[in-house]
Amino acid sequence: MTWSPRTFTKPLVTGNNNRGPAVVLEGVSKAYGAAIALDRVSLDVAAGSFVALVGASGSGKSTLIRTINRLIEPDSGSVSIDGRDLREQPVHQLRRTIGHVIQSVGLFPHMSVAENIAIGLRIAGEAPGKRVAELLDLVDLPQEMADRSPATLSGGQQQRVGVARALATAPGLMLLDEPFGALDPLTRDALARAYRALHERLALTSIMVTHDMAEALLTADRIVVMAAGRIVADATPAALVRGEGGGEAQALVAVPRGHAERLAALR
Amino acid sequence: MSQALLDRLLPLVAAHVLLASAALALGLLIALPLGVLAARHRRFGQVAMGAASLVQTIPSLALLALFFPLLLGLRTLGLPLSPLGFLPALLALTLYAVLPIMRNTLVGLQGIDRDVIEAADGLGMTPAQRLRLVEVPLALPTAMAGIRTASVWTIGAATLSTTVGQPSLGDVILSGLQTQNWTLVVAGCVAAAALALIADALLALAERGLALRRRPLWIVALTLFIAAPIAALLLQPRSQATVTIGAKSFAESYILARVIGHRLEAAGYRVRYKENLGSAVVFGAVASGEVDVYVDYAGTIWTNEMRRTAIVPRAAMVAGVADWTRSKRGVTTLGALGFENAYALAMRPRPGIASIADLARAAPGLTMGGDLEFLDRPEWAAIRQTYGLSFARLRSFNPSFMYEALKSGDADVISAFSSDGRIAADGLVVLTDPKGAIPSYDALLLVGPSASRDAKLTAALRPLIGAVPVAMMRRANLMVDRATNKASPDEAARWLARQIVP
Repeated sequence: MTWSPRTFTKPLVTGNNNRGPAVVLEGVSKAYGAAIALDRVSLDVAAGSFVALVGASGSGKSTLIRTINRLIEPDSGSVSIDGRDLREQPVHQLRRTIGHVIQSVGLFPHMSVAENIAIGLRIAGEAPGKRVAELLDLVDLPQEMADRSPATLSGGQQQRVGVARALATAPGLMLLDEPFGALDPLTRDALARAYRALHERLALTSIMVTHDMAEALLTADRIVVMAAGRIVADATPAALVRGEGGGEAQALVAVPRGHAERLAALR
Repeated sequence: MSQALLDRLLPLVAAHVLLASAALALGLLIALPLGVLAARHRRFGQVAMGAASLVQTIPSLALLALFFPLLLGLRTLGLPLSPLGFLPALLALTLYAVLPIMRNTLVGLQGIDRDVIEAADGLGMTPAQRLRLVEVPLALPTAMAGIRTASVWTIGAATLSTTVGQPSLGDVILSGLQTQNWTLVVAGCVAAAALALIADALLALAERGLALRRRPLWIVALTLFIAAPIAALLLQPRSQATVTIGAKSFAESYILARVIGHRLEAAGYRVRYKENLGSAVVFGAVASGEVDVYVDYAGTIWTNEMRRTAIVPRAAMVAGVADWTRSKRGVTTLGALGFENAYALAMRPRPGIASIADLARAAPGLTMGGDLEFLDRPEWAAIRQTYGLSFARLRSFNPSFMYEALKSGDADVISAFSSDGRIAADGLVVLTDPKGAIPSYDALLLVGPSASRDAKLTAALRPLIGAVPVAMMRRANLMVDRATNKASPDEAARWLARQIVP
């Protein structure tokens, strides 16, 4: 790995006084031919909050999260981060300030774990220094893994590398698109808890897409329920568990509640 | 391997390597960006792949030949392009190299996991960074397989470049085939195959080094791969004052080219030979200065170049041709060598058949064998019409094999050349032409525009005019054409020169 640094790397942990940015969507619409994916969606995400986007397949939640790093350009409406419209800067500059984690991870198979983690710094012309070691510690992976090929890692380990790669440039905003969806339940639970802890420690703003209401209730501060390209409920986990948020949200909450009741009945 | 053969092969190997490498390099330069573009734009990809596949369906020999009139046309528009030699060979081979490289680059890029591309985009890579850091490394093994295919094809097809006057290992293969010198054929084939195998092995090594990320391995392999054409370039003779002597693809033409060459060497010139040129190609080449001097036949120019059909007496034809070549094409006809090599029909003696008119009656029960060129020529059409010939079967043979066909009974009548030594040697009869359908074919010494201004050169060649009797030419031809105790064209030329010029 040889590249010449142009700037000094931003510190990873900045302290709780320096929170992730606020994100605002205003009247965002996107259609694919006759199929409407997003129908005039507006959403305010407060700085430092953890928002879960929940809904069935095709509800528009994945489309919505991708408009925030411009992997999808909306047909109309606007998106801004800390009051600054996304279109004010080149798209690759924007994406370098946002961590992106996807279900299939997408590690580069021809690079080692360390090279994967450092790639964000490399493309920005920054020196990795001790950052790779720091990130491996942060996501609870042993240092010996640095030189391994991604193909030799388990699914859970790969997604930990994926999270480390997304955090390498110290972004304030994290977009997580079904991040733990492909993992077994134990790994999934462990990773969701670990990520929540990172969110607190690094004072991030996190927006996570999931179809699993239980995961959303236990991980996020705020749950936004989507159906047919619109937001149909927007409430705290406590409010949803209390029965607020309307019919579509309650239908989703009913699943984990039913599981809990049936498990209690087994005793 | 004899020293003489080695001396002949080495410059050809160098020319072969240089041509194939240049074509491969140009092919890479074109095909790699096209492959990337094709992966980015689906519609463009379809069109580009379609075009490249279409090129691949054209037989390589035809593709090479097609560049000759194309470049000749561009030249008449004032572009300083050479229609013979390196350029047409390079263009044709490059076109051939494009498809495998482009297709494999495209397939390699398309085969990359979509999630990996999305991750690269999500990380904020610019399109150029994505290409360099992600797409190229991941598509490389597949693209490399295409490059290996292209290099083997190019080295193989480069043997055909000899037909457009570009030296390659094809020179010895084709000349060996024409004179039935199998040592030459095998030597040329083995050398070409060895080049292809070495190139493929080096690229395979480089591919392995890249896959295993072992830098020394791929650097060494690619360095050797690139060193070969550089070494070949250094081996190229670089002399401007070289006279180029053309020859068609049969023994008499090879021999006369060397008679001319030996005389010019004795006069202090450096010479090189461009052999196996087609009749249509070689006259264009002498007119354009690609070839400085060669021997052609009055009837060939009369019918092919001047498009005449009327048959005139021998002396009038020579005078007419000389006048036409000078005034219309700037080519000097230095004079006639003194013998004729006319088309003739030959067969084993049969009672009652002495002339073509006699043959016409027996023809419906016989098989006619002609060389590839003859059956397409206007002379054949003229003979057929004049005598009303209609054979049971027409078969075409390589000139070297026609006499064998007569012996084996695969043909009853063959097209022959009146100066061919095998007519007498095989005890054949040449049918007379009572109606005068066949034009005369006086051998003429033709000199290109710039060479004809060189008085020393024309003075060195002038003693050949009128000095070659047909009997001597036949004996020289037979020395090369006979099945056993064969002489090389060079040896036959030295023998002939001793007989004709004191």
